[in-house]
Amino acid sequence: MWAMVTKEFRQLRRDRRTLAMMIVLPVLLLVVFGYAASFNVHDIPTAVVGPGASRAAASLHSPFEVTRVDPGGDEAAARSDIAHGRAVVALVARPDGLSVLMDGTQLFSAQAAQTALARSGRLGGSAHVTVLYNPGLKTSWIMVPGLAGLILAFVGTVITSLGVVRERQAGTLEQLAVMPLRPWDVIGGKIVPYFLVAAVDLTAIVVIGRLLFGVPFAGNVAIFALGAVLFLLVTLGMGVLISTVSQNQGQAIQLALMTLLPQILLSGLIFPLSSMAAGVRWISYVLPLTYFVRLSRAVMLKGTPITGLWQPLVLLALLGVAVLGLAVLRFRRDLAPGGDESDDDPAVRESVIA
Amino acid sequence: MRWGLDGVTVRFGSRVALADVTVPAEPSGVTVVVGGDGAGKSTCLRCLVGLVRPDEGRVSRPAKTRIGYVPATGGLYTDLTVEENLAFAASSYGVRGADVGAMLDRVGLAGARDRLGGRLSGGMQRKLSVGLALIHGPDLLVLDEPTTGVDPVSRMELWRLVSGAAAGGTAVVVATTYVNEAERGARAVLLDEGRVLASGSAAGIAAGVPGAVGRRAAGDGARPGDEWWRRGAGWRVWSPSGDLPEGTEAVRPDLHDAAIVAALAAERGTGGPSTGSTEE
Repeated sequence: MWAMVTKEFRQLRRDRRTLAMMIVLPVLLLVVFGYAASFNVHDIPTAVVGPGASRAAASLHSPFEVTRVDPGGDEAAARSDIAHGRAVVALVARPDGLSVLMDGTQLFSAQAAQTALARSGRLGGSAHVTVLYNPGLKTSWIMVPGLAGLILAFVGTVITSLGVVRERQAGTLEQLAVMPLRPWDVIGGKIVPYFLVAAVDLTAIVVIGRLLFGVPFAGNVAIFALGAVLFLLVTLGMGVLISTVSQNQGQAIQLALMTLLPQILLSGLIFPLSSMAAGVRWISYVLPLTYFVRLSRAVMLKGTPITGLWQPLVLLALLGVAVLGLAVLRFRRDLAPGGDESDDDPAVRESVIA
Repeated sequence: MRWGLDGVTVRFGSRVALADVTVPAEPSGVTVVVGGDGAGKSTCLRCLVGLVRPDEGRVSRPAKTRIGYVPATGGLYTDLTVEENLAFAASSYGVRGADVGAMLDRVGLAGARDRLGGRLSGGMQRKLSVGLALIHGPDLLVLDEPTTGVDPVSRMELWRLVSGAAAGGTAVVVATTYVNEAERGARAVLLDEGRVLASGSAAGIAAGVPGAVGRRAAGDGARPGDEWWRRGAGWRVWSPSGDLPEGTEAVRPDLHDAAIVAALAAERGTGGPSTGSTEE
């Protein structure tokens, strides 16, 4: 058995990626679960409007964090605050009583707000509570739009990287490089089928979500499609990028999972961003899924118009240009005849010589 | 020289993969690049088709649309059928209305047109690979070890395809580890550790062996000396001066002998068969 143990350690030592994953992953998971994996909501952005706004605002305690007090405002203003994501809870303080509006797409915040209101006898007793966009506070309603993003990320990153690496492993990429195909023909030709498969997947998820779970689609399909296309460009770019630094399918899957795991845990898909420690939350802001989850929930559940979504759309577009651009540059080098090989991995070149 | 490498040197970092290598490729001619593993054959061919940029020397090749290349891995899709592979190659080379059926007949795979590439025998896969590289009627056909690990019958058929392409006017460059296959080309280039040991026609290389080569029937098992090598049941010996040891009879060296003499001469730093009249 000793021979096997020695051999295994030798192989492991040379497989730096697996070794890194074995060491980095537990540390990453510990940090993420320690700081990010939390359903506890500490701050609920709250707007208070109406003639009695000042008094009502003064009576609010943690977890409510009053972000706006407007005695001149009415219920329409309160709804607008929630629609644009400026507040999760809005109190309308009228002389005849108090009504509370909540953003049902912020499931955990809304639940926390309900609990806090129930505890606070003064407000809870007389207030009329309306949960907007997700009146039943159903988990499936917020999960389906997020899962749509996760499926796109999976197809875009894992399946695409595998498809490209398979060409490299089989030696057909070398054949393609000699054929009179432009690099863009090869990259585009590789990406388009996965793009279409992902589009079919996305449609299926939305339709099934509607049929099985009654998830609404309140917004504009075109905005949703635009967001999905931009998000797909980022994930397809990541897939191609991973394939350019992977020599075999095992390595590609490893890397793809390493990009998917943080997105699953930190994008707001499962744990609300507002519950994460600030030190971990910044990672969320560089992950494309964060923006797609926000966008798809807003479009599907809230029916948010494009004017309210320019931020995730622009950020996805920027990420798309950066990631896909880098991927195309690296992939071009693989295909460019007589391309500059000066910074290639020496170990790879040895195999080229043989 | 129409196409080919002319005094090409390729370095990978500090390692010299090819040193001043010349491999001509003439229309209607077959050039065979012979060498062991790591001799630099693949780098030679990759350089010729444009996958590796030379550090020194000149490479001439036709436009990409006029090159057919079979990498050592075969370059076919194992999850596409024979016919689908050919259709993809034809379409990639921009050949409209390619006669896939005629190519299937030519490579002898008409009966396997619907079989997946991965389900073909090694020999059939190689023939399909050559078919993919020939579908557009290239001016330059470059094949990296098409016959390695292939049964003798398939090997004959592969060489028939190669000869057929050359007969049609294509310049063909084939890499192989089998010395005897060098005789199938109009020109052979013997490669070792990135250097050309000998170059010319197979007969010319054999005739150009300096000194003398002798034969001795099998004796004891130990190698008699540095200039000796086993050949069949007996021994061969090379004498640079021409004075053969006692108990040996002179033989006319063939390409096998010439390849070994070239390697021995290169080790000693003296001239091998590549010098003199063998350069055409």
